[in-house]
Amino acid sequence: MATGQSIVNDFSIRVATANGTGSQSSNNLLFKSLFRMGIGVCAKNLFPSNIQGLPTWFQIRVSPQGYQDLREHDDIAVCMNPETAKEDIAAMRPGTTVFYNSSVIKVTDDQLKPGMSVYALPVEELAKGITEAKLRHLLKNLFYVGALSHLYGIEIDVMKSVIQDTFKNKQSAIDANIAALQIGIDYAKANYKKTDHFQFQRANKNQGKIIIEGNTASGLGAIYGGCTVVAWYPITPSSSLAESMEGYLKKLRVDKDGKAKYAVVQAEDELAAIGMVLGAGWAGARSMTSTAGPGISLMHEFLGLAYYAEIPAVLFNVQRVGPSTGLPTRTQQCDITSCALASHGDTKHILLFPSSPKECFEMGAEAFNLAERMQTPIFVMTDLDLGMNSWVDDELEYKPMKYDRGKVLSADDLNKVKDWGRYLDVDGDGICYRTLPGTNHMRGAYFTRGSGHDEYARYTESPVVYARNMDRLLKKWHSSKKYLPKPVVKGDTNAKVGILAYGTSDHAVVETMDRLKGTPLKYMRIRAYPFAQEVEEFIKSCDVVYMVEQNRDGQLQQLLETDLPGYQNKLRSIRYYGGFPLSSDIVERELTKQMGK
Amino acid sequence: MNAETNCNRIGLGKNDYSGKPSTLCKGCGHDSITAAIIQAYYELGVPPHQVAKFSGIGCSSKTPTYFIDRGHGFNSVHGRMPSVATGATIANKKLTIIGVSGDGDTASIGMGQFCHIVRRNVDMVYIVENNGTYGLTKGQFSATADVGSVLKKGQVNPYPVIDCCAVGIELGATFVARSFSGDRKQVISLIKAAYAHKGMAVLDIISPCVTFNNHEGSTKSYTFVKEHDIPLHELGFIQSKEEISVEMKDGEKREIELHDGSRLMLRKLDRDYDPTNKIAAMAAISESRDKQELITGLLYYNDKGTDLNTLLNTVDSPLWSLNEKDLDPGAEVLKKINASLR
Repeated sequence: MATGQSIVNDFSIRVATANGTGSQSSNNLLFKSLFRMGIGVCAKNLFPSNIQGLPTWFQIRVSPQGYQDLREHDDIAVCMNPETAKEDIAAMRPGTTVFYNSSVIKVTDDQLKPGMSVYALPVEELAKGITEAKLRHLLKNLFYVGALSHLYGIEIDVMKSVIQDTFKNKQSAIDANIAALQIGIDYAKANYKKTDHFQFQRANKNQGKIIIEGNTASGLGAIYGGCTVVAWYPITPSSSLAESMEGYLKKLRVDKDGKAKYAVVQAEDELAAIGMVLGAGWAGARSMTSTAGPGISLMHEFLGLAYYAEIPAVLFNVQRVGPSTGLPTRTQQCDITSCALASHGDTKHILLFPSSPKECFEMGAEAFNLAERMQTPIFVMTDLDLGMNSWVDDELEYKPMKYDRGKVLSADDLNKVKDWGRYLDVDGDGICYRTLPGTNHMRGAYFTRGSGHDEYARYTESPVVYARNMDRLLKKWHSSKKYLPKPVVKGDTNAKVGILAYGTSDHAVVETMDRLKGTPLKYMRIRAYPFAQEVEEFIKSCDVVYMVEQNRDGQLQQLLETDLPGYQNKLRSIRYYGGFPLSSDIVERELTKQMGK
Repeated sequence: MNAETNCNRIGLGKNDYSGKPSTLCKGCGHDSITAAIIQAYYELGVPPHQVAKFSGIGCSSKTPTYFIDRGHGFNSVHGRMPSVATGATIANKKLTIIGVSGDGDTASIGMGQFCHIVRRNVDMVYIVENNGTYGLTKGQFSATADVGSVLKKGQVNPYPVIDCCAVGIELGATFVARSFSGDRKQVISLIKAAYAHKGMAVLDIISPCVTFNNHEGSTKSYTFVKEHDIPLHELGFIQSKEEISVEMKDGEKREIELHDGSRLMLRKLDRDYDPTNKIAAMAAISESRDKQELITGLLYYNDKGTDLNTLLNTVDSPLWSLNEKDLDPGAEVLKKINASLR
């Protein structure tokens, strides 16, 4: 056994493998087993844009607080990929552990740092024990899981339950997986003397928690939000949103005669996807698309039409690293300005910033109310980290939702209204009344166009009417604020140093706040654009505000400086844009450095 | 039709199908097509409020304002009308969809969406008002200009033509016709039959541009089209089972029964043309192009297609009309979903 103080449930493992070798299911087995042992756990998949062969890493982090952000440095390196083993080992600090596939990797003494523990696993030799050649390739990934479980204390029964749930009724697969796992356990038992201090221990952190990807949560939110039409085009990292959603729709939205209460269309491109969404939204259905930055770029022309002709739509933008193809499998918050101001001409859109799967679910549902109420596109701005990683989060909470269909006039309503104009601002909030195609009334129809139109939807090029309409659209955009999710404030309310962040940056900021306990800090998480009044008040109440963003140009800060001018000299920036999920290690380092100045 | 009261079968007058005055050039072929749409929908007795009109951008795309004011219209973005129409029909399958596009809007910027709406067999009337030129931007070639056709300013088109009918047939369109805006009777019969057809009906209507493409050397001028128009058959549309005949000359006739029970009669002219033979249709289009002939009429018909809404198998009520009680899976379901995620 190890000597010295044990480090229990507070360390991280990085597993390095090659893409497409089947290691993903092994890593998920580790992750899910730890979750079921009640340990605060977080998983980050750092994967390449590739189907097979390129290096991939999977970080499993345990912490008593259950932090969900990436750690810059790990405590245990599981080196299974000879391509990257050298760098993977070089990145480790003194006192850490290196666990490696000794069949394909050589570790020499000069690679090691003081206090390092080393465990070798001869994967290929052990694989000879698996007689079925077809399975050998996949099952050998379980050896390291078995060996790690022995070294660090993952309960075998828990792992078996995960395997059983994964393969359901396929007993032969269950047996083969458990047998392979056992090979790793047996090898570890016979050959390892534990020299490091890391230890897993059953805990009780996961009551009321689930494991869920943000994309799944977004899709479920859309279903609970009453979405009936989905048009989408495959693009990483958003594809799994539409796909998992369709899976649920098939189960949840089919009537007793087998008829679908939904439609999902895989479009020929993103232009067609948003076109279908707008056609459906115009005709009165709750419709959505899911996409990423390149898709948003393609949709820009249509988004101007949607803004100007005032058509409800919901877009889930699972952001990835741009510009251009960029790093398609890496995360960023880099489409903020491109969505807020999408299209040519003067346009301003409404954005929501969920920071967790639970919020993807809630905002994903609420977005449909907002879209119909405001008659305009609503962007739900998630990112690859949120969308594609498995998160440990509070379980999804059912809140009976009253669909707000917005200002829609039926034929009966029209009988009671003397003067109806599609773009007539009767209520003074900039939001006008619309009718749906098919309304059986002499005055029920109007003509929708992206060209200049007056209050009665008639074509016009009048400068006065054009400007009046544009001013009303701006008023409408401002009117949306009272319906948008309010910012959330944490920390010391009397502090004069503030942090502003949004989306997935939340997790790194929250951990940073914990680490800097004792330093007076307060933190506001922005949850929507346009900015709520509270954002300005927060900035006013601070001497200095650090804006944390995952992009190079401080995109939300740009909007802040435009919309709330006069605070530039208070604003500081902490920006990370390397493409990995944001780590509190980075935020803490940057914040401390800048505050020290 | 009731000739005495000037009302159609649902008691509406022709005025109920009219739109705003046209702002196109005097003599534009598109205005003749607009008039034919009004006449056809009036005679058919289509409830005007059920009509949803779609277009992209261009001269042709302005025309939905000129007919059926009582139906909602949507003038979308250039070349993207198909996707908008697709979304609308999915949201409300009870709407009667008509799309009006041009040759630039369909065959150039909109080629992709045109191909895919054909593939999806959306139940709609898709009219291409084809004049082989960009009118609104003052007379550039479009992709439906014939090779060798001459621009007003003298340039000769070096590129092969995109034939919307051939493309449509190749991609599985189930109703494909070509006509000439000057042949009012043929256009009206085809629009009626296209309406009665359940699925994508492509109507490529040569519609000369009097301002930019009506000169000598153009293969889309009134003179050229009139001289080269070869109708494949004389058409007569019979709306319902009760009506037994239509005013047509005697002769050998084919009868096509459409999905709603109406029939299209095809009286043989010079040759025996079978519009249900896909290969023959493609061959006829190809041969006519080589001979610089413009064959018009019903080029291809197939009653076996499944339209998009049928394929999607959506409920009978329009999707837009579904509400909480239809759509909310409820608390128990969410509880089960949560349980499956541990």
